[in-house]
Amino acid sequence: FYLTPSQVNSILKANEYSFKVPEFDGKNVSSVLGFDSNQLPANAPIEDRRSAATCLQTRGMLLGVFDGHAGCACAQAVSERLFYYIAVSLLPHETLLEIENAVESGRALLPILQWHKHPNDYFSKEASKLYFNSLRTYWQELIDLNSGETTDVREALINAFKRLDNDISLEAQVGDPNSFLNYLVLRVAFSGATACVAHVDGIDLHIANTGDSRAMLGVQEEDGSWSAVNLSYDHNAQNEREVERVKMEHPKSEEKSLVKQDRLLGLLMPFRAFGDVKFKWSIELQKRVVESGPDQLNDNEYTKFIPPNYYTPPYLTAEPEVIHHKLRPQDKFLVLATDGLWETMHRQDVARIVGEYLTGVHHQQPIAVGGYKVTLGQMHGLLTERRARISSVFEDQNAATHLIRHAVGNNEFGTVDHERLSKMLSLPEELARMYRDDITIIVVQFNSHVIGAYQK
Amino acid sequence: AARMFLRLLSDIQWRAAHPKWRRMTSSQRSTSTTAEPHPVSLPAQAQVVICGGGIMGTSVAYHLSKMGWKDIVLLEQGRLAAGTTRFCAGIVSTARPVSIELKMAHYSNKLYQQLEQETGVQTGYMKTGSISLAQTQDRLISLKRIASSLNVMGIPCEIISPKKVLQLHPLINIHDLVGAMYVPEDALVSSANVSLALATAASRNGVQIHERTCVSHVTIQKGRVTGVETDRGRIQCEYFVNCAGQWAYELGHSGEETVHIPLHACEHFYLLTHPLKEPLSSSLPTIVDPDGRIYIRNWQGGILSGGFEKNPKPLFTEGRNQLEIQNLQEDWDHFGPLLGALLRRMPGLETLQIMQLVNCPESFTPDMRCIMGESPTARGYFVLAGMNSAGISYGGGAGKYLAEWIVNGYPSENVWPLDLKRFGTLQSSRTFLRHRVMEVMPLMCDLKVPRWDFQTGRQLRTSPLYDRLDAQGARWMEKHGFERVKYFVPPGSDLLDLDHSKTFYKPDWFDIVGSEVKCCKEAVCVIDMSSFTKFEISSTGDQALESLQYLFSNDLDVPVGHVVHTGMLNEKGGYENDCSIARLSKRSFFMISPTDQQVHCWTWLKNRLPDDSNLVLEDVTWKYTALNLIGPRAVDVLSELSYAPMTAEHFPSLFCKEMSVGYANGIRVMSITHTGEPGFVLYIPIEYALHVYNEVMNMGQKYGIRNAGYYALRSLRIEKFFAFWGQDLDAFTTPMECGREFQVKLDKGMEFLGQEALWEQKQNGVYKRFTMFILEDHDTDMDLWPWWGEPIFRNGRYVGKTTSSAYSYTLERHVCLGFVHHFDEKTGEELVVTTDFINQGEYEIDIAGQRFQAKAKLYPFSSLFTQRRRKDEVELSGYQRE
Repeated sequence: FYLTPSQVNSILKANEYSFKVPEFDGKNVSSVLGFDSNQLPANAPIEDRRSAATCLQTRGMLLGVFDGHAGCACAQAVSERLFYYIAVSLLPHETLLEIENAVESGRALLPILQWHKHPNDYFSKEASKLYFNSLRTYWQELIDLNSGETTDVREALINAFKRLDNDISLEAQVGDPNSFLNYLVLRVAFSGATACVAHVDGIDLHIANTGDSRAMLGVQEEDGSWSAVNLSYDHNAQNEREVERVKMEHPKSEEKSLVKQDRLLGLLMPFRAFGDVKFKWSIELQKRVVESGPDQLNDNEYTKFIPPNYYTPPYLTAEPEVIHHKLRPQDKFLVLATDGLWETMHRQDVARIVGEYLTGVHHQQPIAVGGYKVTLGQMHGLLTERRARISSVFEDQNAATHLIRHAVGNNEFGTVDHERLSKMLSLPEELARMYRDDITIIVVQFNSHVIGAYQK
Repeated sequence: AARMFLRLLSDIQWRAAHPKWRRMTSSQRSTSTTAEPHPVSLPAQAQVVICGGGIMGTSVAYHLSKMGWKDIVLLEQGRLAAGTTRFCAGIVSTARPVSIELKMAHYSNKLYQQLEQETGVQTGYMKTGSISLAQTQDRLISLKRIASSLNVMGIPCEIISPKKVLQLHPLINIHDLVGAMYVPEDALVSSANVSLALATAASRNGVQIHERTCVSHVTIQKGRVTGVETDRGRIQCEYFVNCAGQWAYELGHSGEETVHIPLHACEHFYLLTHPLKEPLSSSLPTIVDPDGRIYIRNWQGGILSGGFEKNPKPLFTEGRNQLEIQNLQEDWDHFGPLLGALLRRMPGLETLQIMQLVNCPESFTPDMRCIMGESPTARGYFVLAGMNSAGISYGGGAGKYLAEWIVNGYPSENVWPLDLKRFGTLQSSRTFLRHRVMEVMPLMCDLKVPRWDFQTGRQLRTSPLYDRLDAQGARWMEKHGFERVKYFVPPGSDLLDLDHSKTFYKPDWFDIVGSEVKCCKEAVCVIDMSSFTKFEISSTGDQALESLQYLFSNDLDVPVGHVVHTGMLNEKGGYENDCSIARLSKRSFFMISPTDQQVHCWTWLKNRLPDDSNLVLEDVTWKYTALNLIGPRAVDVLSELSYAPMTAEHFPSLFCKEMSVGYANGIRVMSITHTGEPGFVLYIPIEYALHVYNEVMNMGQKYGIRNAGYYALRSLRIEKFFAFWGQDLDAFTTPMECGREFQVKLDKGMEFLGQEALWEQKQNGVYKRFTMFILEDHDTDMDLWPWWGEPIFRNGRYVGKTTSSAYSYTLERHVCLGFVHHFDEKTGEELVVTTDFINQGEYEIDIAGQRFQAKAKLYPFSSLFTQRRRKDEVELSGYQRE
């Protein structure tokens, strides 16, 4: 039983999305040309989420991937909410006041974000009011705090991450009179999600990362070859600094039990995450909330289960590590992806595959005849060959899809093997998770001309 | 030759600007060894200022000075002939489908041929001939159509076999050809040198030429050009001519008063090679291979080959001005498919060495025809631009017509198809132009079949009923940006897709339109005709009536509530517009004109109505939705909806009354249908449109009402011998020539425009006569369909061309309308056309080289008219409208 190439394509392309920054939007010429994103589920339903939006009241664009665990509730909530927290953190005082006044007097609100969403990416309608109120409380506090200083992007990112995680935690403790919402906020808090978010404004690229998703920059060297630059550190047991950090935060007596089998408390792979209140709340709080919570929660073995060796919570934080990078003309693209990709592909291969894909489609090195002696026949042959090369790449219109095709279908020689691809994609739901993880990818393409102009 | 220029043009030295191709390709413009010559200062005033020193600007200057105008300044921002003119391929080709373009190209060819002798400047003119190849039968048909019209113009041209092609051009692979068209007199020139020769002659005639002078904007006061501002000072002038090529749009936008010139540039690529081992003869014919999208000419022993790709690259959308077009990137990958086509056509060239791929931007217009004429908003502001890559072919003729226009007030030929006023501001959106030219450029090579429509830039102007009609299967065409229904596809029936529906034969909608026509004849149909131009003219006193009596040939002093069909004529009695005017009250009139008259008619009236604040002209096109109820049961539908008797006794033909329809009041109902069938047109304030439409459709159900489109309308009006302005009628056609004397009141007691000319025609007779032809031995299913522009033969001799045609479902025959001339058999002189002359001939219509017998008629079949008509308005050949 095989999937035909077109069946394979329709599976791979089901969730692909592309956004091109408009050529002439009447505003600043953006350093971002556009982005491609895609998801391939292994879990049913998929636990990864992705978001992309343009900030409307400040400059810049936000892109992020979110990898959920113990369900998708937390990843879903973070994908809907985090960018609003970031955008609000970046807003100048006057704009915050304006927005607050508008809400106060029931006027129409300034739009804060323009989302770039695949039709399958949804927002929960039921929780929007609740989420909005929490966000409003946040900006009211920002207004009261008015430091008068201009907002630093790094701080804004850190504050937004921490604040949202805090709100998730608080909402779960307070609960909601509506039983559906009450259950929702608890599911959000008891599940978890990592987040890897990029903020691009001109040549300033900030990556805020919490957990084991990863951001990688694709750089084209002078000789045309491709190399990868990491713009995030994985927060997991493979990261020695991260292991050190966790150990520092807890008494020496816990040293042995903190990290077991490469997992936090022997349970959790990522060392930082949103939600996961089981690793954050005190035992008493957990018990109280679970007991007073709805039956579904109470009957759930996972939520009732207290991690072993749980002495000095919190063990987990949502605070991101932020890396700032000044974009250079040789920085051609950025890949944000959940660990599903990085488990199967080395970043160097990712850089090469995406780099070759993008240049193949968009700017294969132009031919110039110059002073050479070229005949019409030779030129025709050369052009035919180039077209053939492009058309093999052209199967995919989307760099993220192209990358997923390689991640899932690559054989030992590093080329896509249709047979293997077909097998991997036709695995039954219950088996799929054994062979691969959810994969979510965003490939952001930069405008080298604009970036070059910034430098002058 | 360079020295001669220095002597001839005392103004500024143009440095050895002898633009041999080789110089151009060596890319380096000779910069700076000599010091910049000190330019002569600009004059403070001139009668005419021309902006642009390319082929167009120099040709206008040449022709103006030939016509005796001397006080002319030509300004060029860079150097003469340094823009698109310098880069273009230099092919003079007369094989053009549009007749006015054909005439321009023919004149250009004759002009260029003698230009070297006249000016002493080498133009590189070489009569090589051209061969257009057909890879398909459809292509061959389109070539045969062109060949027919070339032949009757006296331009040698023949359809030849592939074998003959090989004899004329030994390098061509003929295996995939079905035939070709050979035009032996087509030529090659060095386009830059032609332009320089024209400049030289103009300069000798007194035209001042200033290079390196940039026009920043044109000043306009009270709707008239007063001068131009340049980077070297101001020049006062009466006339300004914008020949700025691809920058014409920007220049039009630079002043306070915007002049909209809808054109947009696209990159255009062609290839130059080194000579062949045995260099190609410079007399080898030029090859055009439209199916391969390429042209190939000999060039310095090698070839020059370019084409019109399917995926053009528009540029300068944001309007980046540049002094001269240089350093545009060569794009081999883009050129690849054209190179493939070239090598398929001439496989022997494989080993030929490449010299260069030239990127030469060309400007294109929304309808693939060039832009010529006076701005509707600024008198004295003329434009000649947007040549759609045929600048050299048109250059001579276009410059001549524009010069005539400036000097005489109108050119010697009907140039309405090229008139700037066919466009309005609505075609001036940059996004629209960018998208449209991407469709237009590939169209240069696409097969042009009857009734093709542009696909881009659509759904701009729509009726409020658009969605309703669309949901009922409407198929749309566009006129002046307005979506109009062609026909309605009944549920369940499938038409061919766009590509497959292209045909010169019987189209796939034949039966659909047939049933719509049948319904118009037997029951009632509704057609949305909202696109028509609608004006209101009113005054406090008698000013409106007095002015209109002067501007229109029919008598408008009719009782209130009457509708009058009348021409809006020029001094020569020709139709500037053909319209229906309803007298709403003593002092106000409602005027309906064809859709594309919106700009032209407005300008015509504005320029001629007295400057009187008590006389108001208003464009109310957008205020009304027009529903045309056609058919014998229209009376019943309308009287049921209005509780008013609508029979001929109460509501005779050519009446107008405001009444209620359904709940809506104030609907202007006119008993006209634009088809000769009984019925009414309802002018409905747009907010009532949906209501009235719903009421009409509901009420009409029991009378068998259905929607119909313009194709049905067309068939109905043509079988009734109704002429439409813009199709059959133009500024060179008078009412006397199309049997409409009854719409002219020579004795209405006051003078009107064109009166004198019409008097003369009445006394001396006419030199052409609008005639209806019924095709006799034409098989609708098997034979090629007529379109328009087919030559008419009388007793075997050419007498004129058709202007429109349609299948008459009633007569079950094709009907062609067209003009018959009487050329003297010996001298070719035009003689008076009499009724006897028309009636006593044996006629044939030539469709792509095949002649069909036709019966000529000067009056429509009276049996087709069922309705009783008002006595004083016996419509013989009806009135306008497309």
